[in-house]
Amino acid sequence: MDLLRFATAGNVDDGKSTLIGRLLHDCRALPDDQLESLRRESQRRGEEGLNLAFATDGLRAERTQNITIDVAYRFFSTARRRFILADCPGHLGYLANMVTGLSTANLAVILVDVRHGLVEQTRRHCFLASLFRIPHLVLCVNKMDLVAFAEGAFAEVRDQFEAFSEKVAIHDVTVIPISAKLGDNVVQRSAAMRWYQGPSLLRHLEEVHIASDINQVDCRLPVQISLGPRTWAGRLASGHVRVGDEVMCLPGGARAVVAGLTVACREVAEARAPLSVAVQLDRDVEVRRGDMLVRVHNRPDLRCEVDAMVCWFGAEPLVAGRTLRLLHGTSQTRAAVGRLDYRLDMQTLARQTDPPALFPNDIGRIELQSDQPLCLDRYQDNRATGSFVLVDEASNRTVAACLVR
Amino acid sequence: MTALTHLDVLEAEAVYVLRETAAWFKHPALLFSGGKDSLCMVALALRAFRPGRLPFPFLHIDTGHNFPETLEFRDRLVAAIGEELLVRRVQETIDAGRARDEMGPKASRNVQQTITLLDTVRELGLDALIGGGRRDEEKARAKERIFSLRRDSGGWNPHQQQPEFWLQLNGVLRPGEHMRVFPLSNWTELDVWQYIGREKLDIPALYRAHRRRCLRTRAGILLAESPYLAVEEGETVEELSVRFRTVGDMTCSAAMESRAVFVEEIIREIEAARTSERGLRMDDRRSEAAMEDRKTEGYF
Repeated sequence: MDLLRFATAGNVDDGKSTLIGRLLHDCRALPDDQLESLRRESQRRGEEGLNLAFATDGLRAERTQNITIDVAYRFFSTARRRFILADCPGHLGYLANMVTGLSTANLAVILVDVRHGLVEQTRRHCFLASLFRIPHLVLCVNKMDLVAFAEGAFAEVRDQFEAFSEKVAIHDVTVIPISAKLGDNVVQRSAAMRWYQGPSLLRHLEEVHIASDINQVDCRLPVQISLGPRTWAGRLASGHVRVGDEVMCLPGGARAVVAGLTVACREVAEARAPLSVAVQLDRDVEVRRGDMLVRVHNRPDLRCEVDAMVCWFGAEPLVAGRTLRLLHGTSQTRAAVGRLDYRLDMQTLARQTDPPALFPNDIGRIELQSDQPLCLDRYQDNRATGSFVLVDEASNRTVAACLVR
Repeated sequence: MTALTHLDVLEAEAVYVLRETAAWFKHPALLFSGGKDSLCMVALALRAFRPGRLPFPFLHIDTGHNFPETLEFRDRLVAAIGEELLVRRVQETIDAGRARDEMGPKASRNVQQTITLLDTVRELGLDALIGGGRRDEEKARAKERIFSLRRDSGGWNPHQQQPEFWLQLNGVLRPGEHMRVFPLSNWTELDVWQYIGREKLDIPALYRAHRRRCLRTRAGILLAESPYLAVEEGETVEELSVRFRTVGDMTCSAAMESRAVFVEEIIREIEAARTSERGLRMDDRRSEAAMEDRKTEGYF
C-alpha cells in the first residue's frame, strides 16, 4: 500500500469541513465514540442530525469560535491507499498554515460553491498550489444539490476554471461536481448526476499516479550525522544511490565510491528517495553534517547568491539588509537580504516591483547572499533541495518558506 | 525496484527525525513507557543509529501505578539492547511535597506525572524529549508539530506554534527552552501494529488476550482489578478474556474483551474496531478538551 498526502483549502462557507467529515465518515474513519461526540456537538449548537463539519476542529478555540486556525492532520485508508490529509485554514491570515500543508502535499483539493463559481480566494489557492508545484489539483464544485444537480451550472464553473488554470503551472487538473452534505461523488458516484462520467473524489484519490511525483533522477543526499568510520547517514532528498556509485561530497568536492549501503540497518544494493540511508564510503574523505553527497556528473548549483520566492511570516516587515539564519536540508548558514525584486498583491496577484518591504503573509521575490555556499536546485526541478526556510536570529522562530528560482 | 510502501516511507521519516534530534541537541532523552508506541520508538532508534550506540538514554517516568507486566517488559528490552535507562518516580515527587495524590475512587497520577517530568528536564538539563505521540490519537495531538517547542514552563501553546515547512526541522533553542520531538507524528495505530508485525517486534503480554479479573464500571468500562482502584457501589468484578489497546496506568487503561493473541489477529481486530484507541482511556474521557488541557500543562 502506498501513501498519498493531500491538502484541502476552501472558503469558510464552501463546505470544506463537511467534505472532510463526509470522506472520513464514508471511509469508516470516524469511530463510534468520535461520532457520538459529533452528535453531542451538533445538538449543542442546535443543528439537526449530524454536522460532519465539526470533525476536524481540534482545539477548544476552534470549537468555540467555529473556525479552523491551525493545520489539522487526519489519517485514513482504503483497501488501496493510505492517506494523510492536511486540512488548511482557507483565510489569508493563516497563510503559514496553508503553506505548511501544501509543502508536503502530492495533491491539493480546492473547493468552490457552484453558486458562486471562482472567487478571489479560489484563484489565490490555485496560485499557491501552482507556486508550490503541487503535482495534482482537484477542484471540487460543491453544493450541486442546491442547483438541482444541473450540468449547466457545473459546466459554467468548470469552463471558468479551465480558462484560469491555463495561467497556472499545474498539469494534472481534475474537476468533480459534488455534494459534500449529501455525499454525491465524494465516495460513491452520484445517482443524481448521471451526466458526469468521471470518478468520485475518493476513487480519484485512490487512482491518481503519484510514483513519479518525487524527483527520481538527481541523486541528492544531505548528510545528517556520522554513524562510524567512513559511514554517513541521511535521507535521500531525491534520486537514488547504488553500491559502487562514485559520489562527490559538496561543497568540498572530494570523491569516493559507495562501498556499503543500509536502509534501517538492512543491507541493500540500491536505495531511492525518500528513504533514510547510511552510506559507507571506500576511503577517508572529509565529510561533515550539512554537506551533500551527489553524483559526479549530476550536481546542484553551488552558490551564495540566491534568487528566491519567499513567503514571509515574520512579525516585522522584511527589508533589504536584514540578516537571518538560513536552513537548507541539513546545512545552516547566515544570509543577508539583498534586493526586494517584487511583491505579489495577493488580492489581484499583480506584481509590485521594488517594494520597500514585505509585510507579514506577503509573498515576493527577493535576492539573498549567504555566508556559506549552498547546494541548490531550482524548486521546479526539485521540491526538496530547491526549498529552504529562514529563521529569525532573535526569536529563533521559522519566519519564511523560500523557493529557489 | 518494488514500490515503496507506506511503512517504508513512515520509517524513513521517523529515522530522519531521530537523526536530526541527535544532530540538533546536546542532551536528548527518549521517553519510554513500555507501550507499543515507545517500543516502536526503540526499534526505530536502533535502526537509526546501529551499529553505533544510541545518542540518548531512555527515560521512564514511573507513576507507581504501572502494570507489573510493563515493568518486566521494560527491563527485559533494555537488558537485551544494552542501553541506558533512567527512571524517575512520581512517588518521590509526592514524598518531596512537590505534588499531591488525587483523592477519590478513580484517582489517577496523570497530572502529577507532568510535574515529575518537568523536574527531570531541569535535573538532567535535557534539551529534547522524544516521545511516541501520534497525531491520529487525539484531536489536540492532531495539531502538534514534529519539533514542538516548550518555553520555560514546559507547557504547550497551540496558538503560538511555529510553522514546519517541508520536513525542514528547526531545532534552535534559547536557554531554558526544550523541544518535544514526535517522530511518529504521521503514524496511525494501525501503522504501528503493521510495523510491529513486519519487524517482528516483541510486545508486552498485556496487548495479547489473557484471562484477568476486571472491574466493570457503571459506564460499562473494564478496568484491571488492582490495589489502586476501589470497587464502588454498582460495580462488579468478573474474570474475562481481555487485552489492552493502550497501556498506561492501571487506573486509566481500559481493557477490551478479546481473544486476539497473535499480532495478525490484533491487526484484524483493530481494522474492524468501531471505537477509537483513546476512547478506552479514562484520562481522556474526563472532558472534551482533556488532552489539550494536560498538554498545556506540560504533559506529552
